Amino acid sequence: MIKVDQITKSFGQLQVLKGISTQIGKGEVVAIIGPSGSGKSTLLRCINLMEEPTSGSIFINGQEITDPKANVMKIRQQIGMVFQHFHLFPHMTVLNNLTYAPIKVKGLSKSEAEKKAKELLERVGLADKADAYPSRLSGGQKQRVAIARSLVMEPDIMLFDEPTSALDPEMVKEVLEVMKGLAHTGMTMAIVTHEMRFAEEVADRILFIDAGRLVEEASPAEFFMRPTSERAKQFLEKVR
Amino acid sequence: MDLDFAQIVPYIPFIFEGIKVTLLVTLISVVLGFIWGSILALIKISKLGPLNWFAVAYTSVFRGTPLILQLSFVYFATPQLTGYIISAFEAAIITFTLNSGAYISETIRGGIMAVDKGQWEAAKALGVPYRRMMFDIILPQGVKHILPALVNETIALLKESALVSTIGLADILKNSNVVVGTTYRYFEPFLIAGMIYYVMVMILTWVARGVERRMRRSD
Repeated sequence: MIKVDQITKSFGQLQVLKGISTQIGKGEVVAIIGPSGSGKSTLLRCINLMEEPTSGSIFINGQEITDPKANVMKIRQQIGMVFQHFHLFPHMTVLNNLTYAPIKVKGLSKSEAEKKAKELLERVGLADKADAYPSRLSGGQKQRVAIARSLVMEPDIMLFDEPTSALDPEMVKEVLEVMKGLAHTGMTMAIVTHEMRFAEEVADRILFIDAGRLVEEASPAEFFMRPTSERAKQFLEKVR
Repeated sequence: MDLDFAQIVPYIPFIFEGIKVTLLVTLISVVLGFIWGSILALIKISKLGPLNWFAVAYTSVFRGTPLILQLSFVYFATPQLTGYIISAFEAAIITFTLNSGAYISETIRGGIMAVDKGQWEAAKALGVPYRRMMFDIILPQGVKHILPALVNETIALLKESALVSTIGLADILKNSNVVVGTTYRYFEPFLIAGMIYYVMVMILTWVARGVERRMRRSD
């Protein structure tokens, strides 16, 4: 479970987040949407402390990750993150990308890690690519490997930072399918996305962020049918 | 023209013996220099205040003074300062390590900075501790970028190692000089020395290309 309490974030003079509070329950799938530059990615990146919030606190499964005394590394192991640009390790094969962290961080044996890695590659439909290097994969395949790499650490929570924004249109679907499958397993997910149809279909709740504020928080049905704020109405008119 | 290689022929094996010293000084210094340079580079990109300042000043001094002066310092001043009679070989290794470490540290620092920030983030997000991230994720990628620069550094060191002849180490140049002294002929011994250096550099270049090709397998 994620609890975000009065988070602000400034880069120099620019205040990107202006006090956001929300909670994401266990097994809940939340889509974070909003215009470019609204702060939605920054909010997501604060959750596992990729960005350090300027003020406010964040709790992961009851532990405060923003506490200066917190063991951030340990808490981060409960959170998987998928990036827009994949960030696979280019000098490792697909299989080694998956087994690296379980072996080196969690202390699994090589055979255990490989067994789990192969199961996950199977699940994302890339079992035949285990020995390939990332440079040989398409964007969609890279992103599926990146998802598998996060999952192999058995996180409680998965964060997705615009996972399909860097993909060619014909590859978006294969990634969204994997994410949809994951949502059905009861994974807690926070997804920053521009894929409105996907958000509507998969998310339990929509967070609409604009200019660093949480402007609207509603179920997809409500949000897409009857947005209450003027900003959300304008935004939806433009994207649909 | 007065050219007579026949006179030199008996001395050629003697000049060749110098290869051992030249290679030993170069290889040991380049390996130690790489380790020392990596440490300096890691200090420079860290936020360790005084250590950071030391690494920057260190690099500046070693790049800002002549290598032959550094060598003289280590060889001649060490006994005066510490009473320890340092051997020419030790002095050579120490000087070349300290010197190449300064150059290599800048190269490595550049290589580390050139690694995509996303790689750091991906490692962090997986909970990989800083040290592991550096050695397993960042440095291997950084070194790949700078491999050509490292080869150049090794080649430069191989050639600069000829300076050890000034403190009496029996390397290629020193032995050629000895032959010059015995035969009173300059051209032939120096030509042979030059050819040996050149062939060694060519071999090094060739090996480096092979290594580079292998490292690019993942591209």
